[in-house]
Amino acid sequence: MVYLTRLEHFNAAHKLYNPEWSEEKNEEVFGVCANENWHGHNFELYITIKGNVDSETGFLFDVKKLSKLIREKVIKKLDHKNLNLDVDFLQGKMCSTEVLAMEIWKQLHVHLPTPVHLHCVKLYETPRIYVEYFGD
Amino acid sequence: MNNKVAVYRKEHFNAAHRLHNSMWDASTNTSVFGKCNNANYHGHNYELIVKVVGEPDPETGFVIDLKLLSEVIEESILNRFDHKNLNLDLEEFTKVNPTAENIAIVIYRMLREKLNPALELQVRLYETERNFVEYPA
Repeated sequence: MVYLTRLEHFNAAHKLYNPEWSEEKNEEVFGVCANENWHGHNFELYITIKGNVDSETGFLFDVKKLSKLIREKVIKKLDHKNLNLDVDFLQGKMCSTEVLAMEIWKQLHVHLPTPVHLHCVKLYETPRIYVEYFGD
Repeated sequence: MNNKVAVYRKEHFNAAHRLHNSMWDASTNTSVFGKCNNANYHGHNYELIVKVVGEPDPETGFVIDLKLLSEVIEESILNRFDHKNLNLDLEEFTKVNPTAENIAIVIYRMLREKLNPALELQVRLYETERNFVEYPA
């Protein structure tokens, strides 16, 4: 078993806001992140796949194809966008980094050919804050 | 040869913005600003490096007390910029596009007012790891 990671990045606006709650409660729970006019981040996305090396190519999976897949299914939809407003797969969801990582997993794992498996979605919201999702 | 020393303080803030010229039509805005023109904004983790140059004070050994510089940046800049929408929440950008260039100029002017005029000041602003500006050039 070998693990391969591709790093991509996107810049986006978002806010943390639960429409079911009052403005006061949102502010109490989410603080500055609830700013109604949005704020934003440079997100760094690490996609790790796992599997066995193909004896003919020496590859787990062609990393160019992996990069293209991540760009088409994820980056194109997120980069220079408002996560709360512009992204089809985040409609009606809370745009926390945790949820975003889990939703990115859903966008990618179905497109990987067997026997390649998605192992981890690691998403940095800032250089100091990141989440990891392993699909379980 | 003088005894001038440059001291630096690094800070960061996270903000949304968009690049848009209200005097232009939509297609001109798109062709000039591309995806940065997105109507619903996008955002960045901005890294700010403030450089202060002067001779160390003979009594303290400091060019400027870096704790003091940190407090000035926090009060004048971070409290106003962090987790904000630069286009909507800051009056400085109602008429000026919040490009990295203009943000650096605005930050410089805000800090210049608060610091000893004998000290030289320069602002470096990273919009992404790969894109950054300096003012004054």
